Amino acid sequence: MASVSPIRGTMIETSELRRTFKTRKAQIEAVAGVDLHVGTGEIFGFLGPNGAGKTTTLRMLATLITPTSGTATVAGVDLRRQPQLVRERIGYVPQGGSTDPAETGRGELVLQGRLYGMDAAAARARATQVLAALDLEPAADRPTATYSGGMRRRLDVGLGIVHRPQVLFLDEPTTGLDPQARARMWDEIRGLREQGTTVFLTTHYLEEADALADRLAIIDHGRIVAEGTADALKRQVAGDVITLGVDGDREAVLATVRDQAFVREASTEDELIRLYVDQGETAVPQILRILDGAGLAARTITLARPSLDDVFLRQTGRSLREEPAA
Amino acid sequence: MNATVLVPDTSPMLTRNPAMRLIRDTWLIFHRSLWLTIRQPVWIIFGMMLPLLYLFLFGPLLEGATQAAGTGTNAFNWFIPGLLIQIAIFGTAFGGFGLIAELRSGVIERMRVTPMSRSAMLLGRSLRDVVILMFQAMLLIVLAIPLGLDVDAAGVVVVLGMLALIGLVTAPLSYAAALILKSEDAFAPLVNSIAMPLLLLSGILLPMALAPDWLQFLSSLNPLTHTVDAARALFNGQWGDPEIAIGVGITTVLAVASVWLASRVFARANA
Repeated sequence: MASVSPIRGTMIETSELRRTFKTRKAQIEAVAGVDLHVGTGEIFGFLGPNGAGKTTTLRMLATLITPTSGTATVAGVDLRRQPQLVRERIGYVPQGGSTDPAETGRGELVLQGRLYGMDAAAARARATQVLAALDLEPAADRPTATYSGGMRRRLDVGLGIVHRPQVLFLDEPTTGLDPQARARMWDEIRGLREQGTTVFLTTHYLEEADALADRLAIIDHGRIVAEGTADALKRQVAGDVITLGVDGDREAVLATVRDQAFVREASTEDELIRLYVDQGETAVPQILRILDGAGLAARTITLARPSLDDVFLRQTGRSLREEPAA
Repeated sequence: MNATVLVPDTSPMLTRNPAMRLIRDTWLIFHRSLWLTIRQPVWIIFGMMLPLLYLFLFGPLLEGATQAAGTGTNAFNWFIPGLLIQIAIFGTAFGGFGLIAELRSGVIERMRVTPMSRSAMLLGRSLRDVVILMFQAMLLIVLAIPLGLDVDAAGVVVVLGMLALIGLVTAPLSYAAALILKSEDAFAPLVNSIAMPLLLLSGILLPMALAPDWLQFLSSLNPLTHTVDAARALFNGQWGDPEIAIGVGITTVLAVASVWLASRVFARANA
């Protein structure tokens, strides 16, 4: 057996990863030089509008298409030199399902285990384990055609983890699921991380990247436009926004707060004063104290956080929410 | 989730010998696809409809034609070999339809990410088609006996082997075409436009001896003509007929070439 020592630290590393597609008319650069770093044991979110290059990148990392150029290491293995070894170490859940409607959930899981090299008894035992873990036991011996969308998606995830991969790739894991099934799927994905599995998921849902990903990268037109934790990315935008409603001496209030060190920028319009601060949750009590000390008062105070959409907006000049549904 | 279940681990023991891997994975895919087909037998039944109609509604018409062409055998001994080869071609040439459905459901993509043998994806399905073909062929032969079919038992065994080889020519090509085209709309016309001329030019429905010279010449270029002639000789126990060696030889060469070519398509990284 080829032996590669277990990985500490880095699960996925890419450098200048590139993929071009030739059509009759033109050459399309779907992924235009992507550098990614995914740590072991984290949930990494890959966010971007449809057609941005998310799925192409994922399919390259999962050995389904070969990169045009660039390098990548997945689970300690050189992707371009030893794709077969990469396949043994990763799990992949394609967008839009992966099961035969006539086959049972158990049948699919047993076959999948066998394809990963387990003997029949081990594959059956493992299938039973996975069915239990994903709450699919009652439906285990029914054809997957009878499953609900959420159940089928959980089975897809089960097929991806049958062989206990080091990293699981999920392509749009909750697209098309109702809110309840989506929340359920989020729990399953968090559960995987708790067990130590690295999860790499693509999504075009801002809330999903925000709620689920430890770190994320935003891709647009085949390039990474931002990478980091959701909080760090949002902080880069402009900090938080505090809005004060003032009855009396607006100018006095403005003059008092604008000179504070934590206020980056202040503006006023009508009865409102808008402050851009680095950390809203600590700035709010400070502002109240300062106004109190100066004998001034605010009638209302609101704190707003920039969203990942603000991050996307700032990096690309477009809102991700304006993307038409796929 | 259950704490003991999803802990990442090194992969289970894998068969790293490529030949063992190929045999093992071929068996796994064969087993799965045959089982799924048996559970939904509508396609097998549908596939048998046309040959049975030919057997009962067309076969009896042939007595005069076979005598006029001087074939020297009874109508069913002449007709059934051609009908069997028709099943072999049409029964397996549309196998690609199933693969397109599997492409659409994501099953193929899921399997391509596993370390399984790519050739096994092709061979497992092709062997399933051959097994179903064997079942259909034997059924047809048994049903034709009361109508007057009178065959050489050893000949039948060799004919079945040759039919299996024909299946191994057509099925892999069908799967390769499906993998490339990925759409039923393109796939069905392609298969029909190849299979129909081949069948008509092979002298399956009426003796080629009745045809004008140019048509007989075209027919002699068709490899199927030789397999049909070989099957007829085998059914009649005419073991000295050189067409037997020619037909079996051509079919064997084509089967090897077809499996090789289709395996290459399946192994291609981005297919």
